[in-house]
Amino acid sequence: MNAIEGKFTLTVPSSTQNLALIRDFIGTLIMQTGLDENEVLKLTLAVDEACTNVIEHAYGKDNSKEVLVRTFLDNHEIRFEIEDTGLGFDPNAYQPDELERLVAERKSGGLGLRLIQTIMDEVRYEFEPGRKNSLLLIKRLRKDENREVIKN
Amino acid sequence: MPQPFSLQVSQQAGASLISIGGHLDAHTAPEFETAIQTAVDGGQFQVIVDCTNLSYISSAGLGVFMSFIEEVREQGGDIKICGLVPKVRQVFDLLGFPDIFDLVDDVAAAVQRFAESPTRKG
Repeated sequence: MNAIEGKFTLTVPSSTQNLALIRDFIGTLIMQTGLDENEVLKLTLAVDEACTNVIEHAYGKDNSKEVLVRTFLDNHEIRFEIEDTGLGFDPNAYQPDELERLVAERKSGGLGLRLIQTIMDEVRYEFEPGRKNSLLLIKRLRKDENREVIKN
Repeated sequence: MPQPFSLQVSQQAGASLISIGGHLDAHTAPEFETAIQTAVDGGQFQVIVDCTNLSYISSAGLGVFMSFIEEVREQGGDIKICGLVPKVRQVFDLLGFPDIFDLVDDVAAAVQRFAESPTRKG
Protein backbone atom coordinates (compact mmCIF):
# COMPACT_ATOMS: atom_id res chain seq x y z
CA MET A 1 0.00 0.00 0.00
CA ASN A 2 2.72 2.44 0.93
CA ALA A 3 4.55 4.28 -1.77
CA ILE A 4 7.12 5.10 0.84
CA GLU A 5 8.73 2.96 3.53
CA GLY A 6 11.40 3.42 6.13
CA LYS A 7 12.33 5.41 9.19
CA PHE A 8 12.20 9.19 9.22
CA THR A 9 13.41 11.32 12.10
CA LEU A 10 12.87 14.94 13.03
CA THR A 11 14.48 16.67 15.99
CA VAL A 12 13.48 20.20 16.93
CA PRO A 13 14.05 22.52 19.88
CA SER A 14 11.27 22.15 22.45
CA SER A 15 9.09 25.13 21.60
CA THR A 16 5.45 25.39 20.57
CA GLN A 17 6.73 27.56 17.73
CA ASN A 18 8.01 24.36 16.12
CA LEU A 19 4.66 22.56 16.17
CA ALA A 20 3.86 23.89 12.70
CA LEU A 21 7.17 22.52 11.44
CA ILE A 22 6.44 19.12 13.00
CA ARG A 23 2.97 19.07 11.40
CA ASP A 24 4.43 19.96 8.00
CA PHE A 25 6.97 17.17 8.25
CA ILE A 26 4.50 14.52 9.42
CA GLY A 27 1.76 15.64 7.03
CA THR A 28 4.06 15.55 4.01
CA LEU A 29 5.38 12.13 4.98
CA ILE A 30 1.99 10.54 5.69
CA MET A 31 0.46 12.00 2.55
CA GLN A 32 2.79 9.71 0.58
CA THR A 33 1.31 6.57 2.13
CA GLY A 34 -1.87 6.98 0.12
CA LEU A 35 -4.09 7.63 3.13
CA ASP A 36 -6.87 10.10 2.49
CA GLU A 37 -6.64 13.72 3.55
CA ASN A 38 -8.81 13.26 6.65
CA GLU A 39 -6.66 10.40 7.94
CA VAL A 40 -3.51 12.43 7.28
CA LEU A 41 -4.96 15.30 9.27
CA LYS A 42 -5.94 13.06 12.18
CA LEU A 43 -2.53 11.39 12.40
CA THR A 44 -0.79 14.75 12.17
CA LEU A 45 -3.04 16.02 14.94
CA ALA A 46 -2.18 13.05 17.18
CA VAL A 47 1.55 13.77 16.76
CA ASP A 48 0.94 17.49 17.39
CA GLU A 49 -0.86 16.61 20.64
CA ALA A 50 1.91 14.26 21.77
CA CYS A 51 4.62 16.83 21.02
CA THR A 52 2.62 19.59 22.73
CA ASN A 53 2.50 17.45 25.87
CA VAL A 54 6.27 16.98 25.75
CA ILE A 55 6.95 20.69 25.17
CA GLU A 56 4.51 22.00 27.77
CA HIS A 57 4.57 19.29 30.42
CA ALA A 58 7.57 16.96 30.13
CA TYR A 59 9.96 19.85 29.50
CA GLY A 60 7.96 22.62 31.15
CA LYS A 61 8.54 24.95 28.17
CA ASP A 62 12.33 24.69 28.51
CA ASN A 63 13.38 25.36 24.92
CA SER A 64 16.96 24.25 25.50
CA LYS A 65 15.56 20.70 25.32
CA GLU A 66 14.79 18.76 22.15
CA VAL A 67 11.75 16.88 20.93
CA LEU A 68 12.46 13.88 18.76
CA VAL A 69 9.83 12.36 16.47
CA ARG A 70 10.56 9.11 14.64
CA THR A 71 8.15 7.87 12.01
CA PHE A 72 8.24 4.26 10.83
CA LEU A 73 6.33 3.45 7.67
CA ASP A 74 5.72 0.01 6.24
CA ASN A 75 2.94 -1.90 4.54
CA HIS A 76 1.21 -2.76 7.79
CA GLU A 77 1.32 0.28 9.97
CA ILE A 78 2.42 3.82 10.63
CA ARG A 79 4.26 4.14 13.91
CA PHE A 80 5.31 7.35 15.58
CA GLU A 81 7.77 7.42 18.42
CA ILE A 82 7.96 10.67 20.36
CA GLU A 83 10.94 10.74 22.64
CA ASP A 84 11.87 13.07 25.46
CA THR A 85 14.13 13.11 28.51
CA GLY A 86 11.80 15.13 30.72
CA LEU A 87 9.18 14.23 33.28
CA GLY A 88 7.54 10.96 32.32
CA PHE A 89 3.82 10.54 31.87
CA ASP A 90 1.92 7.41 30.93
CA PRO A 91 -1.16 8.37 28.92
CA ASN A 92 -2.68 4.95 29.47
CA ALA A 93 -2.88 5.74 33.18
CA TYR A 94 -5.02 8.72 32.28
CA GLN A 95 -8.76 8.41 32.68
CA PRO A 96 -10.52 10.94 30.47
CA ASP A 97 -13.20 12.99 32.19
CA GLU A 98 -16.59 13.31 30.60
CA LEU A 99 -16.73 16.38 28.39
CA GLU A 100 -19.68 17.77 30.32
CA ARG A 101 -17.71 17.47 33.54
CA LEU A 102 -14.72 19.32 32.08
CA VAL A 103 -17.04 22.10 30.96
CA ALA A 104 -18.73 22.31 34.35
CA GLU A 105 -15.35 22.47 36.06
CA ARG A 106 -14.03 24.94 33.49
CA LYS A 107 -11.13 22.65 32.73
CA SER A 108 -9.61 22.29 29.32
CA GLY A 109 -6.91 19.75 30.13
CA GLY A 110 -6.89 16.21 28.87
CA LEU A 111 -8.38 16.93 25.46
CA GLY A 112 -5.11 16.16 23.68
CA LEU A 113 -4.81 12.71 25.23
CA ARG A 114 -8.44 12.05 24.45
CA LEU A 115 -7.73 12.89 20.79
CA ILE A 116 -4.64 10.68 20.70
CA GLN A 117 -6.55 7.75 22.16
CA THR A 118 -9.43 8.28 19.73
CA ILE A 119 -7.28 8.56 16.63
CA MET A 120 -4.64 5.86 17.15
CA ASP A 121 -5.12 2.08 17.16
CA GLU A 122 -2.52 1.60 19.86
CA VAL A 123 -0.86 3.92 22.33
CA ARG A 124 2.14 2.62 24.24
CA TYR A 125 4.46 4.23 26.68
CA GLU A 126 8.01 3.15 27.40
CA PHE A 127 9.91 4.60 30.26
CA GLU A 128 13.60 4.29 31.04
CA PRO A 129 14.01 6.15 34.34
CA GLY A 130 16.54 8.95 34.10
CA ARG A 131 17.23 8.22 30.43
CA LYS A 132 14.26 8.70 28.19
CA ASN A 133 10.51 8.43 27.78
CA SER A 134 9.01 7.19 24.54
CA LEU A 135 5.41 7.47 23.48
CA LEU A 136 4.49 5.07 20.70
CA LEU A 137 1.49 5.83 18.55
CA ILE A 138 0.47 3.12 16.12
CA LYS A 139 -2.00 3.18 13.24
CA ARG A 140 -2.61 -0.07 11.44
CA LEU A 141 -3.10 0.12 7.71
CA ARG A 142 -4.68 -3.25 6.97
CA LYS A 143 -8.34 -3.53 7.71
CA ASP A 144 -8.14 -7.30 8.21
CA GLU A 145 -5.69 -7.03 11.07
CA ASN A 146 -6.86 -7.26 14.63
CA ARG A 147 -7.58 -3.82 15.90
CA GLU A 148 -6.09 -3.20 19.26
CA VAL A 149 -7.39 -0.05 20.82
CA ILE A 150 -6.04 0.73 24.23
CA LYS A 151 -8.52 2.87 26.05
CA ASN A 152 -8.88 3.38 29.73
CA MET B 1 4.54 26.50 5.03
CA PRO B 2 1.59 26.71 7.42
CA GLN B 3 -0.65 29.68 7.28
CA PRO B 4 0.10 32.08 10.12
CA PHE B 5 -2.57 32.54 12.73
CA SER B 6 -4.78 35.60 12.30
CA LEU B 7 -7.34 37.15 14.62
CA GLN B 8 -9.67 40.13 14.25
CA VAL B 9 -12.21 41.40 16.74
CA SER B 10 -15.26 43.45 15.80
CA GLN B 11 -18.85 43.96 16.86
CA GLN B 12 -21.80 42.31 15.17
CA ALA B 13 -25.40 43.00 16.22
CA GLY B 14 -24.41 43.50 19.85
CA ALA B 15 -22.14 40.46 19.97
CA SER B 16 -18.36 40.33 19.99
CA LEU B 17 -17.23 38.82 16.70
CA ILE B 18 -13.83 37.14 16.81
CA SER B 19 -12.65 36.00 13.37
CA ILE B 20 -9.79 33.54 13.42
CA GLY B 21 -7.75 32.09 10.58
CA GLY B 22 -4.76 29.86 9.89
CA HIS B 23 -3.53 27.39 12.48
CA LEU B 24 -4.84 27.41 16.05
CA ASP B 25 -2.49 25.29 18.15
CA ALA B 26 -0.64 25.43 21.46
CA HIS B 27 1.52 28.25 20.08
CA THR B 28 -1.31 30.48 18.91
CA ALA B 29 -4.07 29.57 21.41
CA PRO B 30 -2.92 32.13 24.03
CA GLU B 31 -3.71 34.97 21.59
CA PHE B 32 -7.20 33.57 21.05
CA GLU B 33 -7.67 33.10 24.78
CA THR B 34 -6.71 36.71 25.40
CA ALA B 35 -9.30 37.89 22.84
CA ILE B 36 -12.13 36.00 24.53
CA GLN B 37 -10.93 37.02 27.98
CA THR B 38 -10.93 40.67 26.89
CA ALA B 39 -14.53 40.36 25.64
CA VAL B 40 -15.67 38.68 28.86
CA ASP B 41 -13.79 41.19 31.05
CA GLY B 42 -15.59 43.93 29.14
CA GLY B 43 -18.97 42.40 30.03
CA GLN B 44 -19.50 40.98 26.54
CA PHE B 45 -20.99 37.50 26.99
CA GLN B 46 -22.39 37.05 23.50
CA VAL B 47 -19.40 35.89 21.49
CA ILE B 48 -19.34 34.71 17.88
CA VAL B 49 -16.20 32.94 16.72
CA ASP B 50 -15.97 32.92 12.93
CA CYS B 51 -13.71 30.06 11.84
CA THR B 52 -14.19 30.51 8.07
CA ASN B 53 -10.46 31.00 7.52
CA LEU B 54 -9.33 28.53 10.15
CA SER B 55 -7.52 25.61 8.52
CA TYR B 56 -6.27 23.71 11.56
CA ILE B 57 -7.17 23.33 15.22
CA SER B 58 -5.64 21.21 17.99
CA SER B 59 -6.84 20.59 21.52
CA ALA B 60 -5.15 23.76 22.74
CA GLY B 61 -7.58 25.78 20.61
CA LEU B 62 -10.57 23.64 21.56
CA GLY B 63 -9.59 24.06 25.19
CA VAL B 64 -10.07 27.81 24.92
CA PHE B 65 -13.73 27.28 23.98
CA MET B 66 -14.07 24.82 26.85
CA SER B 67 -12.66 27.11 29.48
CA PHE B 68 -15.04 30.02 28.73
CA ILE B 69 -18.32 28.37 27.76
CA GLU B 70 -19.66 27.85 31.27
CA GLU B 71 -18.84 31.39 32.37
CA VAL B 72 -20.55 33.10 29.43
CA ARG B 73 -23.62 30.86 29.75
CA GLU B 74 -23.88 31.67 33.44
CA GLN B 75 -24.00 35.30 32.42
CA GLY B 76 -26.84 34.66 29.98
CA GLY B 77 -24.61 34.58 26.93
CA ASP B 78 -22.98 31.96 24.75
CA ILE B 79 -20.17 31.28 22.32
CA LYS B 80 -21.57 30.57 18.86
CA ILE B 81 -19.05 28.94 16.55
CA CYS B 82 -19.50 29.36 12.81
CA GLY B 83 -17.84 28.75 9.45
CA LEU B 84 -16.09 25.47 10.29
CA VAL B 85 -14.47 23.93 7.22
CA PRO B 86 -14.81 20.10 7.09
CA LYS B 87 -11.22 19.45 8.17
CA VAL B 88 -11.67 21.56 11.30
CA ARG B 89 -15.22 20.36 11.94
CA GLN B 90 -13.83 16.81 11.98
CA VAL B 91 -11.75 17.64 15.06
CA PHE B 92 -14.78 19.13 16.84
CA ASP B 93 -16.66 15.91 16.03
CA LEU B 94 -13.85 13.68 17.34
CA LEU B 95 -14.25 15.20 20.79
CA GLY B 96 -18.03 15.34 20.81
CA PHE B 97 -18.06 19.14 20.80
CA PRO B 98 -21.31 19.42 18.80
CA ASP B 99 -23.11 18.12 21.93
CA ILE B 100 -21.78 20.98 24.00
CA PHE B 101 -21.35 23.89 21.60
CA ASP B 102 -23.68 25.68 19.27
CA LEU B 103 -22.16 25.26 15.80
CA VAL B 104 -23.79 27.24 12.99
CA ASP B 105 -23.07 27.87 9.33
CA ASP B 106 -22.08 31.52 9.25
CA VAL B 107 -22.06 34.83 11.12
CA ALA B 108 -25.61 35.67 10.03
CA ALA B 109 -26.83 32.34 11.40
CA ALA B 110 -24.96 32.99 14.65
CA VAL B 111 -26.63 36.39 15.03
CA GLN B 112 -30.00 34.82 14.38
CA ARG B 113 -29.28 32.05 16.88
CA PHE B 114 -28.49 34.64 19.55
CA ALA B 115 -31.88 36.22 18.85
CA GLU B 116 -33.65 32.86 19.13
CA SER B 117 -31.58 31.07 21.75
CA PRO B 118 -29.18 33.39 23.57
CA THR B 119 -27.68 30.89 26.01
CA ARG B 120 -28.23 27.38 24.73
CA LYS B 121 -28.43 25.37 21.58
CA GLY B 122 -31.87 25.67 20.03
